[in-house]
Amino acid sequence: MLGKPISQSKKMRLNRMLMIGCLAATTIAVLVLSALLVSIAIEGTSSLSWSFLTSFASRKPSQAGILAPLMGSVWVCTICAVVAIPVGISTAIYLEEFARRSRVKRLIQLNISNLSGVPSIVYGILALVAFVRFFGIRPSDEPWTFGNSQSIWYLQIPFGPSVIAGGLTLALVVLPIMIISSQEALRAVPPSLRQAALALGSTQWQVVWRVTLPAALPTMMTGAILSMSRAIGEAAPLLVIGGFLLVFQTPANLMSDFTVLPLQIFNWSGRPQADFHKIAAAAILVQLVVLLAFNSIAIIIRQKLQRPLQS
Amino acid sequence: MLSVITTVAIIAVLIKETVGFFTMADHPEISVWSFFTGTEWSPLLGAKPLFGVLPLVCGTLLVTVIAGLFAMPVGLLTAIYLSEYASQRVRTNLKSVLEILAGVPTVVYGFFALTFITPFVLQPLWSGFGTYNAMAAGIAVGIMILPIVCSLSEDALRAVPQSLRDGAYALGSTKFDVTIKVVVPAGLSGVVAAFLLALTRAIGETMIVALAAGGLAQLTVDPSAQVQTMTAYMVQIFLGDAPAGGVEYRSSYAVAFTLFLITFVMTWTGAIILKRYREEYD
Amino acid sequence: MNDHSLPGTTMDQPTTTPHSPHSPHHGASASAGGASGAASAANISTPATIAIEMRNFSAWYSKNQVLHAIDLDIAAKQVCALIGPSGCGKSTLLRWLNRMNDTIAGARATGGLSLHGAALLDASLDVVDLRRRVGMVFQKPNPFPKSIFDNVAFGPRLHRVYSRTDLEELVEQSLRASALWDEVKDRLTSSALGLSGGQQQRLCIARAIAVGPELLLMDEPCSALDPRSTASIEELIRELRATYTIVIVTHNMQQASRVSDATAFFYEGKLIETGPTDVLFTAPKERRTEDYVTGRFG
Repeated sequence: MLGKPISQSKKMRLNRMLMIGCLAATTIAVLVLSALLVSIAIEGTSSLSWSFLTSFASRKPSQAGILAPLMGSVWVCTICAVVAIPVGISTAIYLEEFARRSRVKRLIQLNISNLSGVPSIVYGILALVAFVRFFGIRPSDEPWTFGNSQSIWYLQIPFGPSVIAGGLTLALVVLPIMIISSQEALRAVPPSLRQAALALGSTQWQVVWRVTLPAALPTMMTGAILSMSRAIGEAAPLLVIGGFLLVFQTPANLMSDFTVLPLQIFNWSGRPQADFHKIAAAAILVQLVVLLAFNSIAIIIRQKLQRPLQS
Repeated sequence: MLSVITTVAIIAVLIKETVGFFTMADHPEISVWSFFTGTEWSPLLGAKPLFGVLPLVCGTLLVTVIAGLFAMPVGLLTAIYLSEYASQRVRTNLKSVLEILAGVPTVVYGFFALTFITPFVLQPLWSGFGTYNAMAAGIAVGIMILPIVCSLSEDALRAVPQSLRDGAYALGSTKFDVTIKVVVPAGLSGVVAAFLLALTRAIGETMIVALAAGGLAQLTVDPSAQVQTMTAYMVQIFLGDAPAGGVEYRSSYAVAFTLFLITFVMTWTGAIILKRYREEYD
Repeated sequence: MNDHSLPGTTMDQPTTTPHSPHSPHHGASASAGGASGAASAANISTPATIAIEMRNFSAWYSKNQVLHAIDLDIAAKQVCALIGPSGCGKSTLLRWLNRMNDTIAGARATGGLSLHGAALLDASLDVVDLRRRVGMVFQKPNPFPKSIFDNVAFGPRLHRVYSRTDLEELVEQSLRASALWDEVKDRLTSSALGLSGGQQQRLCIARAIAVGPELLLMDEPCSALDPRSTASIEELIRELRATYTIVIVTHNMQQASRVSDATAFFYEGKLIETGPTDVLFTAPKERRTEDYVTGRFG
């Protein structure tokens, strides 16, 4: 026989090395992530209390609370969801069900996936010019106003650094992800379902509305929830458009100033005093609990509502 | 359609502001060339502010490279473990955990870097690490992208058909042979796409570096030093009180444009690679 | 791989054992090293060397018993076809011959199984080396997404370190032996996935013989191919017989009769009958065999 044999012990050695390497890496990964959680938990749990959740920020760490950022997050994310989810789903439906396979469609598709890789801060800059300043068509000290400032629906154009601007910014960030995940949900619906409906004489619109969309809905909802959980954690773009770091009231209408929980965490983390670090950790814990809640809902939906589409 | 508008809008705005930056009449020393090749960046100091962008790019690169050096090997090996060695139960559990981790706000990692990594890990090792240093930020960014690398690589490896593994085993391969010589090469495009995606996220990361890396833009490869990344610079400007039309303000647009270009190119490359990988199994 | 979970129904025991009743080989221990001089056992053909010996061999997938007390001898340097309806356990048997079932959780076997004297169920057996000595070709061609050269060279490179020229020689030999050389000699570095189905299967055969095995296992190698490729592979099998012992599982009885020297008919995990191919197909001893080969069921 040609060649020199490779010994069995060498093969066993390589085999074992690979397994050890993989196990080591997994252990490192798990350890590091546990260290993250544990260190934060240690720092933060002492500061968690009901008053923490319901008071406002203050100069003294012991009296500070996260009510303003919590409410700000709620407002901003609600606006984001209201805008991004319908637009995302309808764009996905258009792209998957109605658009012809053409170069234009492929271009759009490529565009969307490129946009999903853009750093969120860049969206903040775009939003700054587009929503906050409205491309400069109107100076911000003489805005057009709609409605009275007592109601929630008070609007000013340009928006200025307000809740609605924040919500729209986040919607921009989240939109590509929404579109992509909704498209995949639609793609997962087996063509046999659509064909059966068409064979019964439905129009394409009816097929989508009555067959495809309901079938894809659970997956889409999971995607929506995961997108929103990403939105809750975004800080950089909101910072750019002017989410203030220190806000002492909850938003009263669409034009209010605001801050969100991640920004508050950022603010407190950046202070040199250790006490601020403690409450930052506590705020992180709240944020993580919210994140977990969202993810759990998504997982539950995925498990319960996702009946198999093919038997 | 909306997405096209968005892209066009982003490009338009950035171009407008960047052009505005470069044509400021009262700062004739600023030119496109000096922006992209200048090595000093101190727009807010001194009588003659300087605008070479390289220190910022260098800062971004330093942090990203550290992050990649951590996340890519650990992520890939963990992915191999999950796909080739782990039992079904371990795999589903760990994947759910990874999914949740991918949604953790990045400020949390920044906080971790500042309050744990620097004081408890780095400074005990060597006193040369200051409170703000590139290493802590790099490691934290690495931890942040670890779930992405791991999850996407594992998907790529699992997509390799079992028939290839069977063929390799039938020739007398050990598990090492099958994994390293057949599975990983077969899934390579997916793995590379995963790496690119993770690195793109790392480059665009803002909050971690704003908290932990420091605010001093310098051209250095010393991980114990402070650096400022492109993203952190933008935060600094927008946090501050620079006037809306001023030089510093517009400079951040120029930086943003640079950042956008870099990530756009990377995402594009990743998409091309991914397309090629999807075609291989048809 | 195929999941051979058989229903638990038992058929009445076959009335004749597959080989002469005076056979003393009913050792039940897992490491029964079968003596290769079992000339007294009625072999499948004229007394040649026995390559594979099975004594009371049974196999399970978890709780399902898939093979029941198989006693079978397979002669060396001949083609033996395993036939039978779906789910009768023939693929399972094949996969035990190179211990591929080790990759399936819950697969286990008892009884005597030996290849040229080496007990295959022995816990201390070097499985990697076994698989070098036994080549396998699968139902659907599965070339690696590498070049043609790297596909053929993959096996040899696992076990030995070769110089470049030695390796090229080996690759050429293997490709010639599987009748593929002329078609690919100018594009050895191109991807194997660019070949047609029949060519890919011949590549897999070349890949398998490159490591110099003693035994070739083929699991329905032509079922995914068109008739022309099937014909060329059948011809290849007839040629390879001179060098290798070949065991081929096939659904196609005409193929079995064209290609094999001996045939073993399985039904629901039991060996019903074996014998020289022409005898089995023209004058089968068992009623069930006759029903199957004449197409009354299957």
